[in-house]
Amino acid sequence: MNVIYIMWLRQLKKYFRSKSRIIGSLGQPLLFLLAFGFGFGAIFKKAGAGNYIQFLAPGIIIMSVLFTAIFSGIDLIWDRQFGFLKETMVAPVSRLQIMLGKTLGGATVAAIQGVIVFVLTIIVGFRPHDLILLPVGAVVVFLVALLFTSLGIGLASTMEDMQGFQLIMNFLVMPIFFLSGALFPLEGLPKVMNVIAALDPLSYGVDGLRFAFIGAQSVFGFTTDMLVLVILTTVLLALGSKLFERIQA
Amino acid sequence: MNVIQANDNIITVSGLVKKFDDFTAVDGISFEVKKGEIFAFLGPNGAGKSTTIKMLTTLLHPTSGQIILNGFNPSHDKDGVRKSLGIVFQDPSLDDDLTAFENMQFHAVCYKVPTDIRSSRIEELLKFVELWNRKNDLVKTFSGGMKRRLEIARGLLHHPTVLFLDEPTLGLDPQTRNHMWSYVRDINKKEGMTVFFTTHYMEEADRVAERIAVIDHGKIIAMGTGDELKKQTNSGTLEDAFLSLTGHVIREEEATGLDRMRRMGQMWRGKRR
Repeated sequence: MNVIYIMWLRQLKKYFRSKSRIIGSLGQPLLFLLAFGFGFGAIFKKAGAGNYIQFLAPGIIIMSVLFTAIFSGIDLIWDRQFGFLKETMVAPVSRLQIMLGKTLGGATVAAIQGVIVFVLTIIVGFRPHDLILLPVGAVVVFLVALLFTSLGIGLASTMEDMQGFQLIMNFLVMPIFFLSGALFPLEGLPKVMNVIAALDPLSYGVDGLRFAFIGAQSVFGFTTDMLVLVILTTVLLALGSKLFERIQA
Repeated sequence: MNVIQANDNIITVSGLVKKFDDFTAVDGISFEVKKGEIFAFLGPNGAGKSTTIKMLTTLLHPTSGQIILNGFNPSHDKDGVRKSLGIVFQDPSLDDDLTAFENMQFHAVCYKVPTDIRSSRIEELLKFVELWNRKNDLVKTFSGGMKRRLEIARGLLHHPTVLFLDEPTLGLDPQTRNHMWSYVRDINKKEGMTVFFTTHYMEEADRVAERIAVIDHGKIIAMGTGDELKKQTNSGTLEDAFLSLTGHVIREEEATGLDRMRRMGQMWRGKRR
């Protein structure tokens, strides 16, 4: 067993032990699926854009991955407040290994959350168009999970308490979600919105997953989606471990 | 002869200073701890004991001064220092959502305790602190004393060269306290493990430590064996010795308003780093 593995294992154990957190985190995607999916479904169809649940489901899956991934940052703040962070900080292991283990753990948890929400969307009526492309979708989900876990942990490394993180949630995560095209098509929008969406890393995740799951025409091109996600994940991981290294207890 | 003496010191600290903004928590202290010695830092809360421990254990960077621990300098070779030590913190540092066994296992992996002896050593230590029958219970179901015992077991798990105990017996009942010290002394003898602990219980320092450094307001004001300190101050007890050295008694509730403000300042400023 090495350090990365034990850090990863710890995250997973903690996740599966907090049943209330798992169930609680399904409320929001379910609400979005029902309220938006059925609420706008009729208009969406009338506008000739097809089945809205089909369109919305990948967006909601990515949303739950985003929220769970960023939440890993809160875990780090908890560790700091409850003192466990000290135990890891004095251990004779490289900060990069700690950071990698934490990030992989958080990303795995977020990806599992994505799978659970995927099942939820099936129940609500979503049907992926080609089962062969499901693994491709899984890769997209894991990349998104990895990207935003690194971001969450990097940001949390610079913070002492929950208040700061709440701010991030409102001024960073919410805009990232709402402007990503998770809820609406990016075609035919005002130019400004298109520019913003192109700057939003989540857009590429949503676009990629929609390509894999419903065979939609990719807005940015699937290769671009993957490239952006991979490059950004690498950059954030490096940045995150730099920030993590600077933590003093 | 001189060379051997130099190698005898497992910790050498010279001119160590830690400032938080304009507040000086540790004010130019120097001391040596010999290999295999039980050494106590005695002082009231807010005297700079924990800050010193944090610098010795790589958790804080000193503002100035030098530390050599087991031949390593924490400023340059953090991992060398980290490998050499075991720490029991003043505040809990366990994962409440893991079991006692999992907490031990996590530690064993981080400190690379060989796989073949891992389980047996965890068992031995959990039995020693009388938590073996609770090994699969989540730590959040433990009482304060049980958590402390678990932390002590964890700190000993990788058989460190130097064991740091920051107020280790705070909140422990007298039996557990005696039990803990007898075990710590036992490994101290058997394995030659150096023990560095802080306390504000004078009888504890007097009874357990071979040498004591008295620290107040970030400065070491006296150092020596319990008897030396008493002789130096013509006092019958260490309590009186402390009083005559510092001009005030050690107990927290007797601390002056200024001490409390210092402590607050340390807390708030320290947190921002």
